[in-house]
Amino acid sequence: MARMLEKAQVSLPSDTQVRVIRDFKAPRALVWQAHTEPELIRRWMLGPPGWSMPVCEMDVRPGGKYRWRWRSDETGAEFGFFGDFREVDAPAKLVHAEHYDPGDVGGAMDASQPTIIQTLFTETAGITSLEMIMTFASKEIRDAAVSTGMTDGMEMGYERLENLLSGLN
Amino acid sequence: MTPDERLDATFAALADPTRRAILARLALGEASVAELALPFNISQPAISKHLKVLERAGLISAGQDAQRRPRKIEGLPLGEATAWLEGYRQFWERRYAALDGLLGQLQAKPPKSPRKRH
Repeated sequence: MARMLEKAQVSLPSDTQVRVIRDFKAPRALVWQAHTEPELIRRWMLGPPGWSMPVCEMDVRPGGKYRWRWRSDETGAEFGFFGDFREVDAPAKLVHAEHYDPGDVGGAMDASQPTIIQTLFTETAGITSLEMIMTFASKEIRDAAVSTGMTDGMEMGYERLENLLSGLN
Repeated sequence: MTPDERLDATFAALADPTRRAILARLALGEASVAELALPFNISQPAISKHLKVLERAGLISAGQDAQRRPRKIEGLPLGEATAWLEGYRQFWERRYAALDGLLGQLQAKPPKSPRKRH
């Protein structure tokens, strides 16, 4: 029996790509719904701690547009992503182009060149495997995107940080 | 500093979101105080104060160039690349843990049954 991947794994298949894989205890039709229906997306597509997701619009069909925005509860500052769907093959494959919307937050990412995000959903014995491959316009944009995520990840990862820092002394 | 004091200083340094954002920026390469102040809505003296805390914790150091004194990241023992990617992994894991919860709820309540809430 295959072992379930209960924690996300991240790798760098090339200089401009990031690959994230993760398994879920749910049929893939449901995991697909959670990736395509706005009222479900905003329940898990978390922004930084203390940010909510007031805008989540999805028109899931080839050429259809989407728009996501997060807002800081404290300052009201906003940022987000928008783009369009390039390939929609429910419930197996979703490809979308993503532009960064710096809003009031700013950021170095160049919004003129989209990131192409391919998400594959496969199901084995009731377990859905998710594979997301993000292809950025350049290595610099990829590195900036990964660094932005790092800031948020640190909010959660103090126990990991302790391991990381134990070699510092 | 004793190892414990060092760890305390490091955690205190990391307890502030601006300082974590500065570290994330420096993970991409060295930068001057002016360059670091740019993305934040705070003054250069305020940035300098944050940098002093990070320096004291040994997380960053100041470069040789007397004019710019560029700051760079220091001493991530697992290697910057690993730490950098681990932070990103945790960013996604936080979302996917929330998705696990949502999928559990959706399966406990079949979507076809009428909502009882009012």
